[in-house]
Amino acid sequence: MSEHERYAEDLALYALDALQGEDRARVDEHLTTCAACRLELERLRGDTALLALSATGPRPPQRARQRLLDAVAREARVPKMVKASQRRSWWGWLGWAATAAVVIFALSLWQENSALRQNLVSASFRAAQNRRELEELRRIAAPILEPETQRVTLVAAKAPPQPQGKAFYLRSRGSLVFLANNMPPLPPQKAYELWLIPASGAPIPAGVFKPDARGNASVVNPPLPAGAEAKTFAITVENEAGSPAPTTPVLMVGVGE
Amino acid sequence: MAELYDRYSSVVYAVALRVLGDTGAAEDVLQEVFLQLWRRPGAFDAARGSLGSWLAVITRNRAIDSLRKRRPETDIEDVVLSVAPDLAADAERTRAAEKVRGVMGGMAPAQRSALEMAYWEGMSHSEIANKTGEPLGTVKTRIRTGLIALRKAFQS
Repeated sequence: MSEHERYAEDLALYALDALQGEDRARVDEHLTTCAACRLELERLRGDTALLALSATGPRPPQRARQRLLDAVAREARVPKMVKASQRRSWWGWLGWAATAAVVIFALSLWQENSALRQNLVSASFRAAQNRRELEELRRIAAPILEPETQRVTLVAAKAPPQPQGKAFYLRSRGSLVFLANNMPPLPPQKAYELWLIPASGAPIPAGVFKPDARGNASVVNPPLPAGAEAKTFAITVENEAGSPAPTTPVLMVGVGE
Repeated sequence: MAELYDRYSSVVYAVALRVLGDTGAAEDVLQEVFLQLWRRPGAFDAARGSLGSWLAVITRNRAIDSLRKRRPETDIEDVVLSVAPDLAADAERTRAAEKVRGVMGGMAPAQRSALEMAYWEGMSHSEIANKTGEPLGTVKTRIRTGLIALRKAFQS
């Protein structure tokens, strides 16, 4: 098992909050340098959300709603009333009046504070959808738009027909976007596997994909070892679960750009 | 807050109740999760996926902490999700829940049970391995591939 595959399994446990001690610290350290693993962790947390959302059951009792709203109201701190002097002097009554004024002022501040918090929560919620889409777009587009992105075009080793693949790889972030078209249909239980071919050492798995009915396919940010230097990219046909090493001849290979 | 509560409390309560199996303890987690959102509205933002999914994950983690009587391992601000469905509406959630149950039902029994023990009981992979007598690596693989099977079902 490669080091990267081991992280992949630990990431699933991390997403479940089930990784502790040294194992967790090791993954934490790796996450600081590996963008692909951070992205995979976010995906795995999204997967756990699906599991969570599958829980169905009765609605919470009505008292729970009131309990929360009461707690929220208590959270707004109303200053304690100052104890008035026991002496019933004229000055004492003035003290009471002043205290009442302070309490009224504090209550109005509390109402304003509550309204502002309510607005903040609602605004955060409303804006989330748009911002999330933008973030996702930026994340996907980053490797294509960066000037230092390495661009490799892959063509068929045997022509025709003319399948073509384009890999956009940003080594510093471990980001890879791969787009292919005119890919021939595959036999059952088979898939294409993309390989990152380093300057030295064995090919590194860079994602398994199947083309759609029109022969188009894509791979976005597969898990890759941090800082892997790509000499080129290549494609083979493998079992659909993917293979840790190529088992068939190279079908397509990078020609540089 | 009342509006958000009305929209998401049934998701939060269902998750807490599924983990804890006790209505009183589930109400406590429900209260804690919404108070955290109230105190730190900025903890949820754009990068954290949909609010419904985020709340569901936070709730599950807090319920497991409560079940296992341990301190929270992950701060809510560190919980970042990729895009996942919001599923605030009951009808959408019911459909998604059926889909998840379908995928789980299609898994090998050993894989389904490993994933359920890890997710709903908060068992570590070593605890699951001890209980089932399977190798640690097998348990780890089952958990990961189970999660990815769910992802694929919602992508297609």
